[in-house]
Order: sequence, then C-alpha cells, then structure tokens
Amino acid sequence: MISAHLPILQVIVPLIAAPLSAFCRRAGVAWYLSLVICAVSFAISIALLIQVLEEGHISYLLGSWAAPWGIEYRVDVVNAFVLMIISGIGTAVLPYARTSIAAEIEPHNQALFYTAYLLCLTGLLGMVITGDAFNAFVFLEISSLSTYALVALGAGTDRRALSAAYTYLVMGTIGATFFVIGIGLVYMMTGTLNMADLAARLQGLEHNRTVLVAFAFIVTGIGLKLALFPMHLWLPNAYAFAPSAVTVFLAATATKAAVYLLLRFLFTVFGIDYHILGLTMTWLFTPLALAAMFAASTVAIFQVELKRMLAYSSVAQIGYMVLGMSFLSVTGLTATIIHLFNHALMKGALFMVLGAIVLRQGAATFNTIRGLGRKMPWTMAAFVTGGLSLIGVPLTVGFVSKWYLVAAALESGRWPLAVLIVLSSLLAVIYVWRVVEAAYLEEPPADSKATEAPLSMLVPTWILIAANIYFGVDAGLTSRIASAGARLLLGVAQ
Amino acid sequence: MEFKDAFGLFNYWIVIVLMMTGLYIVVSRGNLVKKIVGLNIFQTSVFLLYISMGKVTGGTAPILTGKPEVFSNPLPHVLILTAIVVGIATTALGLALVVRIKNAYNSIEEDEIQKLDLAAENEVDEPGARP
Repeated sequence: MISAHLPILQVIVPLIAAPLSAFCRRAGVAWYLSLVICAVSFAISIALLIQVLEEGHISYLLGSWAAPWGIEYRVDVVNAFVLMIISGIGTAVLPYARTSIAAEIEPHNQALFYTAYLLCLTGLLGMVITGDAFNAFVFLEISSLSTYALVALGAGTDRRALSAAYTYLVMGTIGATFFVIGIGLVYMMTGTLNMADLAARLQGLEHNRTVLVAFAFIVTGIGLKLALFPMHLWLPNAYAFAPSAVTVFLAATATKAAVYLLLRFLFTVFGIDYHILGLTMTWLFTPLALAAMFAASTVAIFQVELKRMLAYSSVAQIGYMVLGMSFLSVTGLTATIIHLFNHALMKGALFMVLGAIVLRQGAATFNTIRGLGRKMPWTMAAFVTGGLSLIGVPLTVGFVSKWYLVAAALESGRWPLAVLIVLSSLLAVIYVWRVVEAAYLEEPPADSKATEAPLSMLVPTWILIAANIYFGVDAGLTSRIASAGARLLLGVAQ
Repeated sequence: MEFKDAFGLFNYWIVIVLMMTGLYIVVSRGNLVKKIVGLNIFQTSVFLLYISMGKVTGGTAPILTGKPEVFSNPLPHVLILTAIVVGIATTALGLALVVRIKNAYNSIEEDEIQKLDLAAENEVDEPGARP
C-alpha cells in the first residue's frame, strides 16, 4: 500500500528529483520536473494532514527498524500542518519562479537553481517530519547548505548576494553546531535520539546540569536559525540580495521550519513541565519578542530597498510567533501556529510583488516604484492587500493572528502586552503606507516604460492574496488545526 | 575536584578549548578564509565531544567475537561521520563563496568588503531617491 509509505515519500520524492534536475541541461526541463515534484509533495502533505486529522498521529519506521533504535518519522497535527505550508508555498513559487529566474540568474546556472531548490525543500520537509533529533540536524544542514547556494545565486544581479550568503553560512553553521552540541549532551544523559523517547527519559533529569546546558545550546542554536532578535543579523541581507523567487520561498518557509523545530523541542522533548521553561519564556522570549516587534519594525520604516524593508518586517513577525509561544497557553500557541501559516501567505505574496517590480524596473526601491499604481495596477493592488494583511486589518489573515495573540495576552492577564501588540501593528501601517504613497500618490517619471507584470507572476501572487482573504474571512479550518496542534503540544485534552 | 578526576575529563577540556578557540577566530578575524578555518575548528570540537562520549573505559571496538567483552558505543561515532560530511560540505561551500567574493570584490577582508557594500548602499540612499 502506497498510502502507508506517505511519510517517507514526502521527503524522498524531492530528494531523488534534485540530482535528476541537475542532469537536465535545459532550465525548462528542470522547471517542469520541479513543478511536478512539488505538486506531488503538496498532494502528499495534504493526504497526510487529512489522515492525521482523522486518525491522530502516524508513526513511520524507516527500514522497519523499531523506534527508538531506528529513525522514526512521526507525523501529528502540528508538523502535518507545517509540511502543508512548506510544500504548498514550494509549489506556488515555481510557476512564478520561471520568469523571475530567467531574468535574474545566468543561463548556465538556471537548471542548477532547481536542484538547489528541490534540495532545500527536501531539507525543510525532512526536518519537520522527522521524530529523530539527529536526523533533524542532518536535514537542517541539507536545507541550510542549499539555502546558502540559493542566496549566492543572486550574485548575477548584485555581488552583495555573495557576502550575504557568506555571513549566512557562518552564522547558520554556528547555529546548527550549537544545536548538535545540545543534542549530543542530551544523548549523553539519556542514550536516545528519538524525540518521544527523549521526552520520557528526560523525566527525573530536570535539574541535571548537563540537560540544562543542552537546553541552552538547543534554544540558542535554533534561535539563530529562526532569526530571533538579536540573532537576526544574517536575515535582512540574505533576503534582500537573493534572487526574488528565492526570497519568496525562504521568507515563507525557512524560518517557519525553524519555529516548528523550536516548538517541538520546547514542548515535546523538554515538555511543558520543564522547570526553567517558564523562566525562559518570561525573561528571555517575551522581552526578545517585544524588542523584535518594535526595533525591527522601526528599522523597516527607514529602509530604502523594499526587499530589505520586508525582511526587517519578517524579523518583527517572528517576534509575534515567539511572543505567542511565550504565553505557554493554548491560545498563545494557537496564535503561533496559525501565524506560521498566515505569515507564509502574506510574506509570500508581498515578496512576489517585489519580484515582479524587480523584473520590470530592475530594482525595488522607493525611487523605482513611483507612480507604479497606474503602470502596474494589478501588482500594486496585490501589495496593498498583502500590506493590509501584514498590518492585521479585519477580513485578512493578519487579523486572525493578531486576534489570537491579543486574546492570549488578555487571557494571561498581561494586558500591557496586548496594547504593545496593537502599537507595533501601527508601525507596520507606516512602512506599508510609505509604499502606497510612493506608488499611488506620486507621478510616474515621464520616461517610465513600466508595464504590468506577466501573468505567470501575477497568477501565483493573486492566488496567495486570495488565500490571505479567504482564510481571513473563514478562519475555521486553520484555527481548528492550530488549536488542535496547540493542545497536542501542551498535552491538554482535545 | 581531584587531579585524577580532572585528568579523566581531559577530552572534554580539549573540546571546550577547541570550541572557544574556533568561535574566537570566527568572531575576531576579518579574513574570510581564516573565518572558515575557525568554523572548522569549532565543528571539530563537536566531533571530539561525540567521539569521547561513546568511549567506554576498557571497552573495545564493537566487533562480535563470541567472547564476553566490553564494547564502546559505536552510535556516536557513526553520527559524527555524518557530521564530518556536513562539515566538509560547509567548508567547501564557504571556500567556494570566498573565491567568488575575491573575484567580485578583489578582496577577502571583511572590513574592505563592508566598505564597498556601504558605498553601494549610499548610492541608493542619495537624497533624490527618497520619496
């Protein structure tokens, strides 16, 4: 039965397709292959999600080696949802990527782009689906290494992509190495790498100093990967100088997978009862999340390049996700998990708009978008809608996320945090308004030859925008999944 | 702690020394190749940490001979084979990036590259460019 092997197919299909696409000399062939593979991955992830919602968690033993000795792939509501986000965005980016990549990357590198893209997808899906701590590290490195290469491909248009990729490589490797040190230390104490088994064996070792150090290493290591303020320094340049399609993919998926890994380690491996968890949340995560929300949003306001502006905004949005988990409540974690999905939709769409502007204007700065509201009406309308979602206006997904966050803050009795969440949204109003002002209220330069973006780019953008609105109006499905995930992580009855 | 105990943890002391040396090189050196070397030393310390933890005192290599023997734990050693491969891939990719940076900037010194990047940024940032 093929359906019994869905968990491994989720990872192995893109993994096998990656070297195949490297053999394609022509970029077009590699593109078709990648599109088919990504669509298959997306279908598998949806099948997994449906199966998990109906039957609870799925445990898949690699090579039939019994867990905890063999590697176990364990799919539950939380990671099935994240798998669906990653493969869904991966599929949506590809139709868009073809035109964008053809314009931004040298021809001889275009086929290889799809190889790195599929490898990155494999790594992200693998680190989310696996139930084995060391396996998660290996997949984390597969996704990271291919991401560095993807970012460096931006060198075709701007050499700064190279130094951005280098910085990301150094910081990312330090983060991943910290993570693997932490895993080594818990292995030392428990003799197991299976996450569920780790959780059971860490009971009674709470006050062991080695486990405490492991906790610190794991949190810091993953913190670097998810760009938790102030460890976000690699992110703005990497997003700003990567090829546009890469930025869309990374902004919508890479940090999400890292947030998932953090959730998994904090709540499944160490567990809600771990004695310094509350301490970490109150004194580390809450202040850092608030700092991210305000500092990064403020920096975003003063950016000239739009990609970098949205990159800083991503750092701020990661702040919301971390703030959600810091409440340690079902509502808070629901906010985090639902924002993984919602943020992927809004940032994916917004970065797609910027990619379309880069294609037509050569760059996306406040100078090149003057008057584009008239020249590229559909593109800029997508930006406005996505921007409203980013701010959190009702009827968009951004509102749903903010709603749960504010509810969690009020529920925990920390109403000043609710006020701060709303205030930080106002900062988003400023930087989105700056774009609207330049695009709609200023005259286009007299010699402007800008035309509407091609359909291959507009359609994926508008699909994401439509999803922004659809899941904003009817958040029933996503919030049901997110709250089921939150209950699962916290060990609360459904 | 007695001298003997401290000596028994010799491997772990070396791990810490290598780890801190590596991190220090990454942070303090401006030369991009030296940074990669620092990163390598940092990763090597983790290899040593894993290999040390698998060792059982008096244990031999885990090959079944039929005689009752004490074996070292082979799993951390196998894990670290994977980590070594990851380390090599990272080094190769890092050095490849340095070659590209050298071609593009004609320098592999971090401060010079930053200066060039800053100049490029200011070009975009000129007063006329602001809305």
